[in-house]
Amino acid sequence: MKIQIIAFGIAKDIVGKKQMTLDFEGKSVGEVRTCLVNRFPEFEQLASLRFAVNTSYVDDSFELTENDEVVLIPPVSGG
Amino acid sequence: MKNIVITSEPLNSQLCINSVADNGSGGLVVFIGNVRNKTKGKEVKYLDFEAYEAMALKEMQKIAREAIERWHLYDMAIHHRVGRVGIGEAAVVIACSSAHRKESFKACEFAIDTLKKTVPIWKKEVFEDGEVWVSAHP
Repeated sequence: MKIQIIAFGIAKDIVGKKQMTLDFEGKSVGEVRTCLVNRFPEFEQLASLRFAVNTSYVDDSFELTENDEVVLIPPVSGG
Repeated sequence: MKNIVITSEPLNSQLCINSVADNGSGGLVVFIGNVRNKTKGKEVKYLDFEAYEAMALKEMQKIAREAIERWHLYDMAIHHRVGRVGIGEAAVVIACSSAHRKESFKACEFAIDTLKKTVPIWKKEVFEDGEVWVSAHP
């Protein structure tokens, strides 16, 4: 399935750009995580990596549909 | 919600305070998070904040709503700066008001603690010899 990835903070540095298309096996956010970690092993070094769809956090079991926008949320550090 | 703000302009703490003032309120608490000149003894040049703005505003609103309900506040305002923020400047201002002081102290602490955990905003510390995304690694 093809989805759009949008990356912020250190996630943007790791994938090398703000936005990219990801073609991955499966349909869940967990499978996106596996694909990203395989492709960019640096993600494993992070304290956490969360995902958001439509401006809400989603967990690994969340099922995506083609062309969804998935936002990568590395450890937040506002304030 | 007009009291929830993300801006690249310098924050005006008085504006944030005024927005929650109420004649029925006997206690108004404000927290100002400033940029420190050093981290672990190393000199910081400035901080660079990035936000996923649509979601950050939503998460900040959630915090304010929860705090208002839980501590029966008159109001809460959260202003967060993004972009380059210099030493000594405010990165965040949170103000809230309640009938008595205790509720506002608790609510204000809850708001900054929760903001640091849930709001998708990231800061990069910029040093003379490099830069680091804060809290990215364990």
